[in-house]
Amino acid sequence: MAVNFKENEGIVEDILSVYSEKAKKNRKEHIGINSKETCGSCVAKSNVKSLPGVMTPRGCAYAGSKGVVWGPVKDVINISHGPIGCGMYSWGTRRNLANGEPGIENFMPFQFTTDFKERDIVFGGDKKLEQAIKELHELFPSAKGIIIDSECPIGLIGDDIEAVAKKMTDEIKIPVIPVRCEGFRGVSQSLGHHIANDTIRDFVVGTGEIDESKKTPYDVAILGDYNIGGDVWSSMKIFKEMGLNVVAHWSGDGSIEEMKITHGVNYNLLHCYRSMNYIARHFEEKFGIPWIEYNFFGPTKIKESIRSIAKLFDGNIQEKSEGVIKAYEPKMQEVIDKYRPRLEGKKVMILVGGLRPRHIVGAYEDLGMKVVSAAYEFAHTDDYERTTKELEDGTIIADDMNEYEFVELANRLKPDLVASGIKEKYVFQKMGIPFRQMHSWDYSGPYHGYDGFEIFARDMDLAVNSPSWKLVKPRWKK
Amino acid sequence: MEKEEVKKIKDWMNTEEYKEKNFNRKAITINPERACQPLGAVLCAAGFEDTMPFVHGSHGCVAYYRNNLSRHFREPIAGVCTSLTEDGAVFGGQANGFEGFKNATALYKPKMFAISTTCMSEIIGDDLGSIVGNAREKGYLSEDISAPYANTPSFAGSHLEGYDSMLNAIIETLGKKRDAAKADIINIIPGFDTTVGNINEVKRILKIFGINYLVLADYSNTLDSPLNGEYKLYPDGATKLEDVKNCVNNKAAIAMQKYATKKTAAMLSEKFGQDVRVVKSPIGINYTDEFLMTLSELSGKEVPQEIEDERGRAIDSMTDAQQYIHGKKFAIFGDPDMLIGLTSYLLEMGGIPKYVLCSNGTEDFKKEIEDLFAAYSESGAEVYIDKDLWHLRSLLMTGPVDMLLGPSHGKFAAREANIPHIRVGYPIFDRVNIHRYPLYGYSGVINLTTWIVNKFLDVLDDTSDDAHFELMR
Repeated sequence: MAVNFKENEGIVEDILSVYSEKAKKNRKEHIGINSKETCGSCVAKSNVKSLPGVMTPRGCAYAGSKGVVWGPVKDVINISHGPIGCGMYSWGTRRNLANGEPGIENFMPFQFTTDFKERDIVFGGDKKLEQAIKELHELFPSAKGIIIDSECPIGLIGDDIEAVAKKMTDEIKIPVIPVRCEGFRGVSQSLGHHIANDTIRDFVVGTGEIDESKKTPYDVAILGDYNIGGDVWSSMKIFKEMGLNVVAHWSGDGSIEEMKITHGVNYNLLHCYRSMNYIARHFEEKFGIPWIEYNFFGPTKIKESIRSIAKLFDGNIQEKSEGVIKAYEPKMQEVIDKYRPRLEGKKVMILVGGLRPRHIVGAYEDLGMKVVSAAYEFAHTDDYERTTKELEDGTIIADDMNEYEFVELANRLKPDLVASGIKEKYVFQKMGIPFRQMHSWDYSGPYHGYDGFEIFARDMDLAVNSPSWKLVKPRWKK
Repeated sequence: MEKEEVKKIKDWMNTEEYKEKNFNRKAITINPERACQPLGAVLCAAGFEDTMPFVHGSHGCVAYYRNNLSRHFREPIAGVCTSLTEDGAVFGGQANGFEGFKNATALYKPKMFAISTTCMSEIIGDDLGSIVGNAREKGYLSEDISAPYANTPSFAGSHLEGYDSMLNAIIETLGKKRDAAKADIINIIPGFDTTVGNINEVKRILKIFGINYLVLADYSNTLDSPLNGEYKLYPDGATKLEDVKNCVNNKAAIAMQKYATKKTAAMLSEKFGQDVRVVKSPIGINYTDEFLMTLSELSGKEVPQEIEDERGRAIDSMTDAQQYIHGKKFAIFGDPDMLIGLTSYLLEMGGIPKYVLCSNGTEDFKKEIEDLFAAYSESGAEVYIDKDLWHLRSLLMTGPVDMLLGPSHGKFAAREANIPHIRVGYPIFDRVNIHRYPLYGYSGVINLTTWIVNKFLDVLDDTSDDAHFELMR
């Protein structure tokens, strides 16, 4: 199915025609047509400010830190430091599953906030923060750390959370970590990831003692898997079967205790490049730990990933890894045989964060589906470099695609499935287009690993082929 | 951690000693049931014709409001913002405001921008009035587009005040006083009510009464729009701007929630001399009766027989089921007006609302609940304002109740206390369609009775041994 370049260029041109000249010029640079030959990274301009006044899909730095990187660490308390809203809206909404007794080993089901009022804005909130930390330590003595996730006001009113954190670390003898992830910093969640990575680097990495007697040549850490719907667990299963020893998983179902000893591993395995490449690079520079990207969506990519990871190790691991691939092949073939005939040729439009628009392409292709447009919320140039090779030439690639553009593009590309977030879900469903939330797995999952693919395939089928979509038009209007 | 150690801490967390420590905290809030002002402003805006919520702040804020409301209603929620970043903090947000108006006008062609603020724009001290004025002067904002604005700082009040301030601004900005006689129309102000079934129930009652009405803000259709293959950015059925213009000349207004309409109610009464009645949210028989009597008084019409028959059916449903509620203890939490209604309903059923907890309640609210307890000679009931769900957990673990009523966030405490949890209020993220069923009116009485009693009966069936697993209940 060859894509007509000219046609897609025309579509983009047409969609942008409604903008003012200035806005049009801006947005034009963010939407490209894929061409492997000419340019990878320059397909779309990225990581710059959004246009004001458009429904951008983007969130903020706080969302990137508290919501993504720090939030899933289960044995620490994340304080949403500032007014009530941010903590409220990010409470339990990313589906970072975690084992452990709530309130003792696992703080996932909680929303902690200093709940700023007017007087805190006027007089500063440092004293309140200090008191809050003391109270938390008293009420939750088993917490292994306290993370101060700053909301907008903190940076604007000039609070010194670093001083409070330092003082409290000395006093309560667990790490108290100040994170300057105020929502106005940067242009999207992405800077929040980076800021959170930097605080992990500065306050956590290397602080644990490595028990040399327990070290094996197969020690690895998973970076950038947030255990959405249990992704970490289905991935761990594979690594275990390959013979690897997963010492830490960052940060889904993760623990600060594991993060402290991650510098003892032999390799870092990186799933979400966008949100954790920073810390992977740090481990490499400071501790000489190599890192490798992998992709656990769909059997084709899983197979490739298992092989490239196995290459880092000895023959024993390589042999076991081939065994793993072989062992799952019949099951995967069964899944494909069941769903592919129902999904073959169906067109998908994707708009997600900074990884999945390229990472899930293979899984859709395993099911015979075709990605007709891929858009990111907050990717950078290096993400686009990695994206162009995953997609057919002619595919529309877009950066920070807003709701107007997304809807207009769908009107023209006529997808059978849209894969994006909660803000977009009901827009497309009103249009009668099947939809799956691809941030939260739409309350399903896991989607990673072999076990995940079976669920992914089932979910795409139940969305695309639900009989309910055929009822949208009344019989008297057909 | 070692299992024994975990158990030791867990046991301690369930003690009176822990409860005392927990209630002594001053600085940290744990699991509050309260959102921030701009969320209320965005909800309010969704009730007006061709209106785009316009949030002056960083785009993280508006993304959160849209997410949050979408998860509850399972509907698209529109909203734009000025995408403030660091330079906005230094230079102010006017330039972003200008560009925002221009872009949003080009893409979304609204008839009105409902402008609200966030922490950031409040702290940097941006003046919405001058931004709007300058934008008009310089041509970024067309004169054809209304642009009411409200200050909705997240560090004061809650979603209730945000809703109220936005509604107040919209009516005050658009309303045009006429000297002619008042129109024979009653304004209905629902308040921050995310149970669209409530608004529909009120409208149904008014239709049966034969009363002309205008709902301000009416998102009962826009946030419950038909799926018919067409996406409408501004779905049909919202309050028309022309009607808002005239609403100040209508003969009366009824505010259905006292604590989410204070500013608006005062403005209509003081500035426009409207006969404003603030009723108790009509949950349960007594408050529904009061609401109907208010309608009767304002319209000069008798309560229709059709509605009186509905009342009889609701009473019938209560008496059929009251044995399963009488003497049962409940914990309830959520927004204040709903809690007053639920307390009244439970007392009518012989239930005991032992804990009434409100993260955004005031002393006035507390007094209202205590007066209700007193009216039913119910001692031993406790009302907590400015408390959160971690406080509630301590209450449930030290002094158990039989059921929890409130939004989805209560599920963690209910699970620990091993009690059933009926979802009411905002937000409901983990059950479908609940918000379509009214709590209001006699229909609401039947809904509440059905949910509560059948839940108790499900638990009874799920937990009884073979001998007691009976056919009849």
